[in-house]
Amino acid sequence: MVSKVYPMRSHTVSAEGGCAAVLREPDSFETHAFDTIKGSDYLADQDVVEVFVREAPLEVVQLEHWGCPWSRDPDGRISVRPFGGMTTWRTCFAADKSGFHMLHTIFQTSLRHERIRRYDEFFVTSLLAEDGRCDGVIGFDIRTGAVQAIAARAVVLATGGNGRVFAFTTNGSICTGDGMALAYRAGVGLKDMEFVQFHPTGMPSTGILITEAVRGEGGYLLNADGERFCARYVPNKMELGPRDIISRAMVTEFEAGRGFDGPYGNYMHLDVRHLGEEVIDQKLPFMRELGSEYMGIDIVRDPIPVRPVEHYMMGGVDADINGATPMPGLYAAGECANVGLNGANRLGSNSLPECLVFGAAAGRAAARYARERAAPTANPIGSLVTDERRRIEGTYLDRGQGEDRVGVIRQDLQRAMDRDAGVFRTGDGLQRMADELPALRERLARARIDDVSRTFNTELVQALELEFMLDNAETIVHSALARRESRGAHARRDFTERDDERHLAHTLAFLRPGGGPRLEYRPVRITNWQPQARTY
Amino acid sequence: MTTKTITVSVTRFDPERDERPRLQSYDVPFQDDLVVLDALNWIKAHADGSVSYRWSCRMGICGSCGMNVNGEPKLGCSAFLRDYLPGPVVVEPLSNFPLIRDLVIDMSSFMEKLQWVKPWIIREETALGAGEHRQTNAQIDQYRQFSMCINCMLCYSACPVIPVAPDFVGPAAIALARRYDLDSRDQAGQERLRTITGSDAIWDCSFVGECSAVCPKGVDPAQAIQQAKFESTMGMLLPWGGR
Repeated sequence: MVSKVYPMRSHTVSAEGGCAAVLREPDSFETHAFDTIKGSDYLADQDVVEVFVREAPLEVVQLEHWGCPWSRDPDGRISVRPFGGMTTWRTCFAADKSGFHMLHTIFQTSLRHERIRRYDEFFVTSLLAEDGRCDGVIGFDIRTGAVQAIAARAVVLATGGNGRVFAFTTNGSICTGDGMALAYRAGVGLKDMEFVQFHPTGMPSTGILITEAVRGEGGYLLNADGERFCARYVPNKMELGPRDIISRAMVTEFEAGRGFDGPYGNYMHLDVRHLGEEVIDQKLPFMRELGSEYMGIDIVRDPIPVRPVEHYMMGGVDADINGATPMPGLYAAGECANVGLNGANRLGSNSLPECLVFGAAAGRAAARYARERAAPTANPIGSLVTDERRRIEGTYLDRGQGEDRVGVIRQDLQRAMDRDAGVFRTGDGLQRMADELPALRERLARARIDDVSRTFNTELVQALELEFMLDNAETIVHSALARRESRGAHARRDFTERDDERHLAHTLAFLRPGGGPRLEYRPVRITNWQPQARTY
Repeated sequence: MTTKTITVSVTRFDPERDERPRLQSYDVPFQDDLVVLDALNWIKAHADGSVSYRWSCRMGICGSCGMNVNGEPKLGCSAFLRDYLPGPVVVEPLSNFPLIRDLVIDMSSFMEKLQWVKPWIIREETALGAGEHRQTNAQIDQYRQFSMCINCMLCYSACPVIPVAPDFVGPAAIALARRYDLDSRDQAGQERLRTITGSDAIWDCSFVGECSAVCPKGVDPAQAIQQAKFESTMGMLLPWGGR
């Protein structure tokens, strides 16, 4: 298990609201599947969704057996709460620290297995993929700077999202899309990268997430006129509409002059005062803590200022229902993967069960594959390590000092992505962004690196992460530019309608040296649910 | 117009060239809503790219950014600069750990200790198809606070026992042992208790409660330690004792 941070720091730790699974009547697999498919704006692969909804409850029980402190009903069974875009209550939760408890439960349970060898704080810089098959990874121990290969019969990428490509994001600093870039550079396609989820309720200053469970538990979204404006956009769902639609509704309200004005731009109020202190303390204690800590408010007495914030990457490494990528030996699961579950918009509380279901599937498939093949041979690996060490040290440690700093270039990338690849997009904006990317790469290649130490060189890590982020941004922007329609989270002001004739297809972006990616398209797999108008 | 600034002094130490740690000062733009972590990020992006520290979530849940701020163990992401006006703010690595670089401590000893206490449910596994084990919210309340530990290491930095007995399992790991011992689903019996009371160090803990005082998540490791001592004593007095 190789991780650039200690495993309990991984960003799953920040997931708050919960984990969807059909646990009992009157819920059904059919409704969870349909909600997911409609939520995806019909871009989900329906066979994948059907497997997902059936496996999710077993995985939730597995976590329970491992000790996850799921919140309970009075009879001791796992409790569920309402969530956006779900027609019934099906989101399991551990108060409002669901991801924290899931991650610590899984990590602590993993300690039981002494044969799991961990490489903590090891930064992977490339895949060993010489003959079109994955033989492991190359990277360096952050503590010593020693570049080394880790040979493996199979590799599962579980590297999470790339939210840090944007300036205003809920994501932690480690979410730099490393796994997606590693696969992309090795020739594997990145699928549906234009679909970036903006969560409606981020803290205006920091982007810290205010969970959708706040609305699940009955919170109101209010504009500056005190109106529950969701009535204009999703009258049948109100605050529990899907994230893409609510985020657009908020921006539309801002543009109509109905938002509050603050030092960080427009915002809305998320109001839970009517729920009362007891419910808030029982179901949303972390929100109360975050409100008082970071905004100086008590959510029992004050409305919470919120605005839409980058949150989740629907796209990812092209992977099948078992997490297998087209490259033999390479698997992917969780946010870094695209197995076809989320389509153009993920429903809230579907990402945690996605990690569980497809993480397990990828692990099983990788184990099967590993059993059947021979171990990678050591000989060519040695020279690859030497090459990689020369690349890293030559590029960043043994060179003259430019003026530009990694942190400044990163900030310029993030701000430009906010500007041109946000909630609403235009062809002109996306083209401008695409044109700026090569210049940002140029600047990084000449940037000043103050830190020449081999010991815990986080500036080197940040420079390599920025390379990965630029790869991610390239696939996002070019995929978005080519999708001349509005579907799910991809909303084009110049193509405002969904266009099933031309665009009911997955985008695949492949690395093409010296230009933008080469794009291909693949049909969506439809089993039982024909595309319909998506209204709520 | 001049921007208001605050001086932040940061421990610098690179084992490849420094004999010992020293403090380096930076003037950082001040805003009311900025935390110490923001100041470090500003320094790294604009003044000195070589300052090293750990961080990720910046919302007090990943546990990465423990550091001493003006001598007190804090999460950098929740220590507001405004609370240290007019400055300087002195930012140093957590105490009681070997120093790797700048603010980065070596916490591998904790990772071992965590494994010692068997932080997992010990019981016969049952089929998933049979569904969940029942557990009431009142039963969760028995262990809830101990399950909130984010492994940020502030309690180890504050602990007066660790410097004299480095092998002491320590506050967070004992709290996590209690988290499982008090879980109605667990059937470990005395297994974990024996691990944490096996070394003499736990008896050196004088219930000063520094660990609980510095915990950013409201965990009370001192209580966990007292419970463990009590149960262990009962176990010694009564051969059939314990729970």
